[in-house]
Amino acid sequence: MLLIDCPHCGPRPELEFRYGGEAHVARPAEPATVDDAQWMAFLYLRSNPKGLHFERWRHMSGCGRFFNCARDTVSDKILKTYPAGQARPSLEALGLAPVDHEVRA
Amino acid sequence: MSSAYRLPHATCIDYTKPLRFTFDGKSYQGFHGDTVASALLAQGVHLMGRSFKYHRPRGVMAAGAEEPNALLDVSRGGGRSVPNLRATQVELYDGLVVKSQNRFPSLRFDVGAINDLLAPLFGAGFYYKTFMGPRKAWAHLYEPVIRHAAGLGHAPSKPDPDTYANQFAHCDVLIVGGGAAGLAAALSAGRSGARVIVADEQAQWGGGLLAERGVEIDGQPVQAWLAQTVRALQAMPHVRLLSRTTAFGYFQQNFIGLVERLTDHLAHPPQGQPRERLWQVRAKRVILATGAIERPLVFSGNDRPGVMLAGAARQFLNRYGALVGKSVLVFTADDAAYQAAIDLAQAGATVMAIVDLRENPQGPGIEAARALSLPVLTSHVVIETFGRLRINAAALGRIGPDGDVTPVKIEQCDALLMSGGFTPSVHLFSQSRGKLHYDADRQIFVPGISAQQECSIGAAKGTFALQESVQEGFAAGAEAAEQAGFKSQTIAPSRVRHDVPSCAGFSGAVPRPKGQRAGKAFVDFQNDVKVTDIISATQEGFKSIEHVKRYTTTGMATDQGKTSNMNALAVAADALGRTIPDVGLTTFRMPYTPVTFGSIAGLARGDLFDPVRKTPIHGWAQHHGALFEDVGLWKRAHYFPQKGESLHQAVLRECRTVRSKAGLFDASTLGKIEIVGPDAAEFLNRLYTNAWSKLAVGRCRYGVMLNEQGFVMDDGVIGRLADERFHVTTTTTGAPRVLAHMEDYLQTEFPELDVWLTSTTEQWAVIAVQGPLARQILQPFVTDIDLSPDAMPHMSVRTGHICGVETRLFRVSFTGELGFEVNVPSGQGRMVWEALWAEAEKHGACAYGTEAMHVLRAEKGFIIVGQDTDGTVTPADLGMDWVIGQTKPDFVGKRSLVRADMRKADRPQFVGLQTHDPHFVPDEGAQVVAVAEPATGSAALGFVTSAYDSATLGRSIALALVANGRARKGETVYLTRLDGQALPATIVDPVFYDKEGARLHA
Amino acid sequence: MRETLMDAAPHPSFDEAGLPLTALALGATKLYPAPDLARFVLRVRPEDGARAAAAWGLSLPDALRASTHKDRHVLWQGPDEFLLLALTSEKQEIIDRLQAEMGGKPYSLVDVSHRNQAFLLTGEGAQQLLETGCMLDLDPASFPVGMTTRTLFAKADLTLWRRDTHTFHIELWRSFMPYVMGLLQQSAVAA
Repeated sequence: MLLIDCPHCGPRPELEFRYGGEAHVARPAEPATVDDAQWMAFLYLRSNPKGLHFERWRHMSGCGRFFNCARDTVSDKILKTYPAGQARPSLEALGLAPVDHEVRA
Repeated sequence: MSSAYRLPHATCIDYTKPLRFTFDGKSYQGFHGDTVASALLAQGVHLMGRSFKYHRPRGVMAAGAEEPNALLDVSRGGGRSVPNLRATQVELYDGLVVKSQNRFPSLRFDVGAINDLLAPLFGAGFYYKTFMGPRKAWAHLYEPVIRHAAGLGHAPSKPDPDTYANQFAHCDVLIVGGGAAGLAAALSAGRSGARVIVADEQAQWGGGLLAERGVEIDGQPVQAWLAQTVRALQAMPHVRLLSRTTAFGYFQQNFIGLVERLTDHLAHPPQGQPRERLWQVRAKRVILATGAIERPLVFSGNDRPGVMLAGAARQFLNRYGALVGKSVLVFTADDAAYQAAIDLAQAGATVMAIVDLRENPQGPGIEAARALSLPVLTSHVVIETFGRLRINAAALGRIGPDGDVTPVKIEQCDALLMSGGFTPSVHLFSQSRGKLHYDADRQIFVPGISAQQECSIGAAKGTFALQESVQEGFAAGAEAAEQAGFKSQTIAPSRVRHDVPSCAGFSGAVPRPKGQRAGKAFVDFQNDVKVTDIISATQEGFKSIEHVKRYTTTGMATDQGKTSNMNALAVAADALGRTIPDVGLTTFRMPYTPVTFGSIAGLARGDLFDPVRKTPIHGWAQHHGALFEDVGLWKRAHYFPQKGESLHQAVLRECRTVRSKAGLFDASTLGKIEIVGPDAAEFLNRLYTNAWSKLAVGRCRYGVMLNEQGFVMDDGVIGRLADERFHVTTTTTGAPRVLAHMEDYLQTEFPELDVWLTSTTEQWAVIAVQGPLARQILQPFVTDIDLSPDAMPHMSVRTGHICGVETRLFRVSFTGELGFEVNVPSGQGRMVWEALWAEAEKHGACAYGTEAMHVLRAEKGFIIVGQDTDGTVTPADLGMDWVIGQTKPDFVGKRSLVRADMRKADRPQFVGLQTHDPHFVPDEGAQVVAVAEPATGSAALGFVTSAYDSATLGRSIALALVANGRARKGETVYLTRLDGQALPATIVDPVFYDKEGARLHA
Repeated sequence: MRETLMDAAPHPSFDEAGLPLTALALGATKLYPAPDLARFVLRVRPEDGARAAAAWGLSLPDALRASTHKDRHVLWQGPDEFLLLALTSEKQEIIDRLQAEMGGKPYSLVDVSHRNQAFLLTGEGAQQLLETGCMLDLDPASFPVGMTTRTLFAKADLTLWRRDTHTFHIELWRSFMPYVMGLLQQSAVAA
């Protein structure tokens, strides 16, 4: 069971959390103005990387807050958690060299 | 002593407590402290099992968890039956009953042993090659026969009557293994004040030390040092010592699973005492002191009863006072076996010879053996063994300078002790994702790079000398405590004398005379895998060790190859002409030893498997004969049968009563969310399809919620209590999902909104009063709300009092009748229900359950989300365009509704079905097809979502999703049945009753 | 909060909501049903939190802590979420005071007096008994007196609040009470 560092409550066991899919997938401000392809991408296209992944979690059985998490999908190591709404941390902030991981924009 | 094989001195035996037990129906004597294996060996019994495939007679080979042969069934009656227990780990108690397995009719005479004669037929891949066809024979012939013939013990067939406990725990340092290294680590970590847990699978602390006799630590005899160390640990309140506790799995971030066996060793377990406790431990640091397992040597006949590991023979002697033989032959490639030979010789056995594979072994063990005049044959091997149910002789060969083996003589013996050196137990280290390192000099894998906050010490790390092991323990305990934030003291290094550690070894098949086949040289004893099987697998093209493993099944038995993996790897590497590290090890998986399902389930059984949620009115419904159905975690009253009524009869009556008079319905399980804040209406605008801004205070509206893909995910009535306060209802099972969906959008997409969501599902008990007499039933109890149709029209909400209790009173209807839903605080739900019921009875009304509710709403064509929708249905598909606030610029799901696919003409549409036979109630889920006998492979038009016998209409009704269904009204379609027929029905409007809605506006 | 100390019995009767009617003996640990309480969920912008608490004469608790004044307690539940516990007789005053003091600032106050039920678990074995189902480290060094959090007990969500070293106040949704009672009773036998 992973230990996940909730930005509000500190490290807690994984069972208290719910996974929320990829992070930083912004809902278009005016959905009516985007075309079908863009809308499809927003709904369904995810990066699914091997390695560094930015993802959403919710501390369901705790403070209830959604937050974001940078996790390595190979080692399952969580590199950083940060409140929802904060910008994606840089690779340097995660202690990674840029060559290690290809981050899709 | 009662037996010639029982000696009077042992570290684990209490000779004052004799016990009796039965093995295969025969009574034997043993002592407190014995295992079944030691007690039987002390009676001269070696034969304890039959092998898996060839039914070969097998004796005990090891003394611990690695035992592959001596597997027993322990039955305590009353459903307490456990198969495949290792005789070396089953502790004796008075009256213990054990049976051998995989033999018929008896262990000594087993008809299955015919397989042994046919062994050449049964090589690797036998099943794959033999049972090719015909396909049908698999189900009816091959599989039943194979299942009967193969397999070890039998799974118990009765429910397990025992209970199992669970305990979460946290500690600074978890130490796995209570041998010399582990206890030393515990001592130094414990002295720092750190919270320490030490787990050991055995009943007694000490691990390998328990088998030591002449060794001294710091000038003390080894057993005295051990006792003193354990006492010191027991005196530390923050150190928890868990014996009979197996660490079976190492998970992420130092999360370890332990199983503590609490009662299996007791003759009379205390009433209510759980059998096992699962410990789920999160440790800051983990120290693995899991020891090492001795490797068998691989030669023909190495599985005969009486052939065993040298270290095991020594443990049986020194721990249990059981002499495994009187004339023993020792076959070794390692020094440690010399100590076994010496100990057995000193205990009175005759050592026929020490056969050493090595050309010129040197060291204190060898010198000591020679000093005792034990015959040592270097550059010799055992090439065959003899004897039926027990070894009686072995053929020896000499290895010449060119490596050729020449047979030299046959030596009589009643036991053969073998040692191929020791394999560090790196199971947990590997489970922690640590990387192993191959020590080419010693041909062993040792822990390399750690993946977690752990370290290995002692024999688990390949440190076989006691002095270094203890030193590593002290150092590791201190370091782990410091890393966990404690200040540790240095413990002066120990001085160990008279230790004969393992220092060499051998893996793979031992040399044999030229031209002699490997014969019955077993690698994996439990799965009956021979050297020839592994070689033939490589010859058949299996190059990966993972494929060789699966093809031959080596390492795949219940012991997971504890004694066999290194030999299998060496044989495969040799056959493939590659090095051992190049071929690589197979994956170590949890559990280390088999774990009971009971301990994993813990208390999550029966009534406590899941929370069983009951409404405040549950007790009343139970008292009034309701039968319940599960809806999510809730129990809901399904129907209220009167005497002699079936479900069908009760539901017809309940529906008729509601339509003609009235009914009371417990709707407490409906999800409720209170939405409060200046932006509450705006938030609802964005989350529901409908428009909310103009909903007046005191009014309600039916709302539909879509997911972003545009599909209906929930619905419910929403009432406006104040400008900035809404009372939202959701479906019963949708409540948690809807709240999570709302929170998601509020927190991550619309954080600028000043609005908050609070679950109030359990704050309110909800009593639906439905039917033409609903108002009369409520009236006497409501003092401060005007219930008249003009003052309180359909779809309105009022706050006030009922029975003197605060209420949120909704005028809503899910039945199509005049209806109210009375919300009162949960604690008062039952009282209000009983008051209303007393009044309802006077009017001839009934209590009705969820089944009648389903029928009544279906007659009105009201959908149930999740029954009439399946996550791919839009409001337009349901004919509910009216729920869409067309002028709203956006709401969740809106953009998806205008995608081309969402507007296709042939989308499934919600319709009613009128069967031509009014008594025919189609199955829910029945396919809707265009012709009675559609061609194979043709697509259905849709499917039935709801179907009931309707008392109101005097016939069956059904709802369905049918492609382009609304345009097909009047067409005849066919509804499939499980008996293969398809019966005709006409597509109609989904509203069957009171299309104008006059009744609910009454 | 007033706790009535009663004699604890191993098998008392349970009320409709699953709480024992009298104190319950769980081995050496005792379980007391909490009296009826007024309970509110307060949601408020972080910057307005102190003002809301002050309206009730309380200081706003830090994260994962509770603050107490006489019979009133505010338990932190999340960064903008608090659970207020008080005597039932104070219910209306609490509503009114907050409305008066907030001066038009947005907030949400929702009555959950009946949604939750509560009990006290007290005794030297209380911590270990809770750890049969609770995954958190409840050692006083990690979970000190005054700490509170929502967490899980087996499959039930609940709010845990340490009143003193050996006493916990536990709040949960009423329909989960029989489940938690059943687990505690069984685990107490096993201890």
